[in-house]
Amino acid sequence: MNNTHNQPGKWSWWYLLFVIQFVVVLWPPFYNFAEPYWLGIPFFYWYQLLWVLIGAVFTAIVYFATDK
Amino acid sequence: MQNVNWVSLSVFLVLFAFITWLGFAAAKWRQGDLDQLHEWGLGGRRFGTVVTWFLVGGDLYTAYTFIAVPALAFGAGAIAFFAVPYTIVIYPILFLAFPRLWNVCSKHRYITAADFVRGRFGNRWLALAVAITGIVATMPYIALQLVGIQVVVGALGISGTGLAADLPLIIAFVILAAFTYSSGLRAPASIAIVKDILIYVTAFAAVIVIPIELGGFGKIFAAVPAQKLLLAVPGPNTTGAYSAYATLALGSALALFLYPHSLTGILSASSGHAIRRNAAMLPGYSFMLGLLALVGFFAIAAGVSTLPEYAAGFKQFGNNFAVPALFLHSFPPWFVGFAFAAIGIGALVPAAIMSIAASNLYTRNIHREFLNKTPTDRQEAQIAKWVSLIVKLGALVFILFVPTQYAIQLQLLGGIWIIQTLPAVLLGAYTRWFNDWALLVGWAAGSIAGTAMAIAANLTPTFPVAIAGHTFPGYTALYTVVLNLLLTVVLTPVFNMMRAGQAPVDETAAADYFS
Repeated sequence: MNNTHNQPGKWSWWYLLFVIQFVVVLWPPFYNFAEPYWLGIPFFYWYQLLWVLIGAVFTAIVYFATDK
Repeated sequence: MQNVNWVSLSVFLVLFAFITWLGFAAAKWRQGDLDQLHEWGLGGRRFGTVVTWFLVGGDLYTAYTFIAVPALAFGAGAIAFFAVPYTIVIYPILFLAFPRLWNVCSKHRYITAADFVRGRFGNRWLALAVAITGIVATMPYIALQLVGIQVVVGALGISGTGLAADLPLIIAFVILAAFTYSSGLRAPASIAIVKDILIYVTAFAAVIVIPIELGGFGKIFAAVPAQKLLLAVPGPNTTGAYSAYATLALGSALALFLYPHSLTGILSASSGHAIRRNAAMLPGYSFMLGLLALVGFFAIAAGVSTLPEYAAGFKQFGNNFAVPALFLHSFPPWFVGFAFAAIGIGALVPAAIMSIAASNLYTRNIHREFLNKTPTDRQEAQIAKWVSLIVKLGALVFILFVPTQYAIQLQLLGGIWIIQTLPAVLLGAYTRWFNDWALLVGWAAGSIAGTAMAIAANLTPTFPVAIAGHTFPGYTALYTVVLNLLLTVVLTPVFNMMRAGQAPVDETAAADYFS
């Protein structure tokens, strides 16, 4: 483990990934539909569950990118 | 006791006995001097990434969550899924702001949010406001954990009259109180690992086995009434369910990490690094929570509310009985015992952390600040241990003698109150610009307005704000923290001008916020 990393207070362009994450899940008109279904699950549900996974990947990317 | 399923009950009791032993044995884990508050109340700040993951997860995803979120989906439908965007927006906040807080708290040996506010703004009344808000918001939350235990104990078929009816709950709480007293934060940290394994197994079994039994997701969603399947599309001149959904998610996320028990979990991490790594790993729980919300729909599809054998349970516990009834309906008895133990143990972990967090606040920011300014380490730890007992006893008395509905409503108000500490705690980690008295006025205004709005909305979480003929229904906590912030910003220059002498000293330095 290295202890010499970026100052977490500084802005990084990688944080834009967080902004994307906020917008896509906090704007219900984007996803308040039943179609298309996936495995019988309406879009509304699988879209948001998918963003949990994408959000985790985004956070991991930001972690590695800002952790010099 | 005629309907007791002995197989389920035996599995349940064996698992409970195991975690009781674990809770006491935890005192010896990464041993430290438990006569020091930071050892008892923060586990010596020694938990690495993995233990922090279990502890924070065990802390945030409580038994009540596992009962209430599916219950809301069962009763109200799609709106319950706000829990998913809520958990998605939590983690960037955790990632960005909380390593800063961890660094400054570790450097100055702060144990609570109020400790930090005291050091940053140098105003003990503001710190007192933060401490009292934390304690008051936590108490009903602990009481709600008991509801989780009550529901599963009831579902196991244990019933009685008078004291006998409450005996299982009392026993569970005596166990909880005893191991928290003796082991401090190490107890919930070790039990959280067991709890999470049980919960994960239960959740995956539920989302795999039950849909197969019910004939697939297609059939399940076909059984959900159309008005529950999606959010209602807003009519003209209102943002309707859309703004309610989004503000509930955002407001709950902002409030979450201001709760004392969240901060206790985070401050016990061994480094700011461990917190950032956790922000990327904790969504593992979010996914599970999303799956569990779907379980509410499984309960609709299985039609458990119309089956006569569960009528008594629904009558006693309302929609909160949906998940236990579905498990009883779908799983073999031994696995029912396993799943119910997961929920019951899932109540003990956060309840322990919450009581520790509340007693840290009392000890540091009320007792030490106003009653005994120079306690020895030993006295300080001893006070915290006693207060943790009193806090739990209070929650137990509350749940035994006050209708559950009040605990739920108080917890709702608690969310509105705790978010009012956001400017001082969360924004305070970034800037010292705010005037301390302006923060206090903003806090008071937000709390009072929030309480009034919640009462006006019949103690429901959303309030329809009307501006120029348009209605914006939204989460009261979010609206009132905006009011709080506006007031603080406007009043800061005013109070700064009125201040006769020097502003109080900020004992933290800019470098303290970085590792």
